[in-house]
Amino acid sequence: MDQKAASLRMMKWKKILPLTLMALPGVLYLLINNYMPMFGLVIAFKDVNFAKGILASDWIGFKNFFYLFKTQDAYIITRNTLLYNGAFIVLTTVSAIGVAILLNEVKNQIVKRFYQSIILLPFLVSMVIVSYLVYAFLSTETGLLNKVVFPKLGISEISWYIEAKYWPYILTIIHVWKNIGFSCVIYLASIIGIDQEYYEAATLDGASKWQQIRSITIPFIMPVIVMLSLISIGRIFYSDFGLFYQVPMNSGTISSTTNVIDTYVYRGLLQLGDIGMSSAAGLYQSLVGLVLVVLTNYVIRKINKENALF
Amino acid sequence: MYREQRVWQWSSHIVLFLLSLLCVLPFILLFMASITEENTLILNGYNFIPKELSLEAYRYLWDNSSSIFHAYSVTIIVTVIGTSVGLVITSLLAYAASRNDYPLHKVLGFYIFFTLLFNGGLVPTYLLYTQYIDVKNTLFALIIPYLLMNGFNVMLVRTFYITSVPKPLIEAAHIDGAGEWRTFYSIVLPLSVPILATVGLLQTIMYWNDWFNGMIFITDSKYFSLQNVLNTMMTNIEFLSSSNNSNLSSVMVQVPSTGIRMAIAVIAVIPIFVAYPFFQGYFVKGIALGAVKG
Repeated sequence: MDQKAASLRMMKWKKILPLTLMALPGVLYLLINNYMPMFGLVIAFKDVNFAKGILASDWIGFKNFFYLFKTQDAYIITRNTLLYNGAFIVLTTVSAIGVAILLNEVKNQIVKRFYQSIILLPFLVSMVIVSYLVYAFLSTETGLLNKVVFPKLGISEISWYIEAKYWPYILTIIHVWKNIGFSCVIYLASIIGIDQEYYEAATLDGASKWQQIRSITIPFIMPVIVMLSLISIGRIFYSDFGLFYQVPMNSGTISSTTNVIDTYVYRGLLQLGDIGMSSAAGLYQSLVGLVLVVLTNYVIRKINKENALF
Repeated sequence: MYREQRVWQWSSHIVLFLLSLLCVLPFILLFMASITEENTLILNGYNFIPKELSLEAYRYLWDNSSSIFHAYSVTIIVTVIGTSVGLVITSLLAYAASRNDYPLHKVLGFYIFFTLLFNGGLVPTYLLYTQYIDVKNTLFALIIPYLLMNGFNVMLVRTFYITSVPKPLIEAAHIDGAGEWRTFYSIVLPLSVPILATVGLLQTIMYWNDWFNGMIFITDSKYFSLQNVLNTMMTNIEFLSSSNNSNLSSVMVQVPSTGIRMAIAVIAVIPIFVAYPFFQGYFVKGIALGAVKG
């Protein structure tokens, strides 16, 4: 009896020990890379002093937040982050669905795959490369628009990189350009999953293509649309840092329309050395971000339990 | 009915063709800029059809190829090491979390998942990696922070193990006396090639394209990846001319002409575009897969 229990315990250890060892490297990495910074968020309540050490720095309560929200900056970065991401979600979704529907119309599989590959190209390159591409179009001295296109049309030169008013359009176009292929793949996958019999029946009943799209395709992919949009809304407080930092070339004069929470935190930390404000903005982002994810997940759960993250 | 079909066919082709053109043209402009003769460039700007062509930019890069090779090798080393180490720890952690007879699997699942919900953000992460674990100006800075492993990929692999690796197979291996490592290595891994290829591909692209870690942790141009060379050339030329760093300075001190900058960008993009047709399938599959699970 005793022996049996002992061997059972042995068996158990023979399983638990190796599996724990397997998990260990990953667990340690998440501990360092993800969990330790979470506790580091408390520095938003400290007056960081490197001489004293970060953890030993004095507590100052909500002072950093007080200063942050007293400035115009807090309003501007929140507004920009929300408006940009809102516009990105709507425009990317609509155009990606449109393109996916058109791609589905193409019957030649090789041509279809060719289009799809090309549309995905922008997604594969880094934002640094994108900033070069944009620069080739917009540069004041040598840009295609200012040097080649505008003279032909009789439009005078525009100094893109110092005029704030154009950037909402520029950044939105670039975002859609870069991400349309990615969303398109997802929507196309769900359109392909629709049973062809529905379309055949609709055609027999004399429904036009447009009617079929409106009453078969869109309703069928609606769950995917809702899900992806909700996931994006859950992340609406986070921006694509590269897009807002690299593409406008970190130009200060246009920051009223290009500054978002992520770039604000970055500049505060690494360019202005204002750790207090920066960490306050960071905590603000993390907390609102968490609330939004939990909220959207709650909504997703209501709609369809299976698609909920938790 | 037939006519309507044709109208749809044609309009689809037209729209998709124009869209494809929009996606490709910027790259063509970049390439044309890199082979435009320098004076033409200054005088007439970037153009799809430049008045005068020249391979001067590429010749210059070839003459100074050691510095470009250096940045290239940094990128390649970081990508290879990061992707392989990342894949190993991702697949191992995912395996432990996928085994529902492992007592800790629930705790582990939540531990992984919570990192997707909440994060400390830039400031604490930066302070951690500079004040406590000092990775500044080392290759570790390009490999470890942010990129090595992420909860999302672990969940992706775990889901694959649960749904696509038959449990009886694992039990049979155990009965035959195979230990956990042996089972993982000779049963689970061979069955998981598709998901590991997808995750590996996503990580490869991530490492190849990363400039953020280099920007915040690296000041010594010895450790600049290709992306960092491009980034620095574009935004901060003065810094480079003033830095007395050995390897890359030869290219950069003479503030590369716009043509050369474009040529380096072309060189950085080419490997991705050349490899793309081969990994396209996995990539598309990976995106669709990722979307299904969160």
